[in-house]
Amino acid sequence: MIIHQLSVFLENKSGRLTEVLEALGQENVRITALSVADTSEFGILRLIVSDPEKARALLRERMFTVNITEVISIMTSNEAKHFAKVLKILSDLDISIEYTYAYSIGDKSIIILRCSNTEEAIRALKDHELDLLKASDLFRI
Amino acid sequence: MEIWNRHFECMERTELKRVQSERIRETVERVYFNVPYYRSKMQEAGLGPESIQSTDDLHKLPFTTKQDLRDNYPFGLFAVPMSEIVRVHASSGTTGKPTVVGYSRRDIATWSEVMARTLTCAGANRNDFIHVAYGYGLFTGGLGLHYGGEKIGASVIPVSGGNTARQLQLMRDFGSTVLACTPSYALFLAEAIEETGISLDALKLRVGVFGAEPWTENMRKEIEKKLRIKAIDIYGLSEVIGPGVASECLAQNGLHISEDHFYPEIIDPETLEILPEGKIGELVFTTITKEGLPLIRYRTRDLTRLYYEKCSCGRTMVRMEKCLGRSDDMLIIRGVNLFPSQVESVLLEMSEIKPHYMLIVDRVNNLDTVELQVEVDDAFFQDKISQLEALRQKIQNNLESTLGISIRVTLVEPKSIERSESKAKRVIDKRIY
Repeated sequence: MIIHQLSVFLENKSGRLTEVLEALGQENVRITALSVADTSEFGILRLIVSDPEKARALLRERMFTVNITEVISIMTSNEAKHFAKVLKILSDLDISIEYTYAYSIGDKSIIILRCSNTEEAIRALKDHELDLLKASDLFRI
Repeated sequence: MEIWNRHFECMERTELKRVQSERIRETVERVYFNVPYYRSKMQEAGLGPESIQSTDDLHKLPFTTKQDLRDNYPFGLFAVPMSEIVRVHASSGTTGKPTVVGYSRRDIATWSEVMARTLTCAGANRNDFIHVAYGYGLFTGGLGLHYGGEKIGASVIPVSGGNTARQLQLMRDFGSTVLACTPSYALFLAEAIEETGISLDALKLRVGVFGAEPWTENMRKEIEKKLRIKAIDIYGLSEVIGPGVASECLAQNGLHISEDHFYPEIIDPETLEILPEGKIGELVFTTITKEGLPLIRYRTRDLTRLYYEKCSCGRTMVRMEKCLGRSDDMLIIRGVNLFPSQVESVLLEMSEIKPHYMLIVDRVNNLDTVELQVEVDDAFFQDKISQLEALRQKIQNNLESTLGISIRVTLVEPKSIERSESKAKRVIDKRIY
């Protein structure tokens, strides 16, 4: 249930994001989710891709600072109350969320979460019978 | 034009050479018998005190460098017992070890004398109010100007650096006539005067003595125009004595070196050969009257050239050109010396980063700024903004506490900093000299 997310350090310079995506594109890497966190000077690009190990090697060759981070993903209805429920389960267990991003398809939301304790979060969400996704699931939706 | 010490400053050059040779003999004898470091270096070179009879023999002696001062930190090169030392100054140094200099009572008198010459060179006299905005403290700037100002009988205002509003108030209310500070601070003050709307007619400034950092002819023109003063370039370094080593006269055509105290040579920094008059090279000084910390052929790393022709002001003392740069990679940031290697050693002490860095120096509103770009390493990068921000802050704090200047840190991608097999380029200096 753990998803291996690719994290890339980027300077805030125009063209850098394009370079990352072009590099991945050359090797036919597919991307199912993407988000950029930014400060005034740098940003962190987070990607869920078809082959994270290969993508990491590709980017390292091109001198990017890149790492693999463990995240989890849940599919819920796109109603706010369902997202709230997920967060409540985690906060009740004192699991903090370092960041999250989401997208939706039809009336479904795909939520990606980076938690302080991934294993425990998975257990808790399973106990509540939430719909945890595997990486491969993300590419089938 | 007034001359403080006509006897020496206008001395006929053959007579001057006789004086210099006699003083060099005395100095060499003193260091040979009082400083083990110099004695062993001379012995290694097969020299005794009798080997040096005149200025013509000086080339036989080995050079002294800033590293030698560091290796003998703090007082190892002093040539008199500590009971004879009445003052100690220090300049910012590499990784926490400053360069320490000591003065005997006579050295302080010498320093006051050469500063009196400097101020007289700039046209100052007993009727002036000298506004000393150089820092007071371990830095030699403030106290050097202070003693020189008192020596010529002027009224010295020891304002020291900083607090621009107070500087301007005192300048106006006391009627300061001579301003002493770094050239970049002079420009900064000029702009502050414009901003606060103080009329130049309300000020009595007529001359400025500026040094401790390199500056251009354009800066001089700008300062002269904005402050309606004559801007005089002065030169010195704490190892040799502090300010007072050399100064322009009102002809503003080269800086007169007080050669009866500091014997200059110009060498090729690569081959170490002595260069003839007019050739650009590294300035080397032998102090020939100092007691506390005599220096033999000290490499200043400043690049310039010398002219022995008599000046229109009547002085015969050799003139050096305004400094043209450095033969090492030392930067001068707001009057503070900074070597890239100092930054590197701070970075090397931090396990989170690799010492791939670039220093970018600029001048914003007439004040020097330094940015340090550091590469983020895969091993440390864990995709949390807070962690990267904390790292940035930590590097910034470590630099400030070790080097004493604030440096803005920017995290960059690995390939942004050029790799090089040989000597990597570590500094981009955007300031215009």
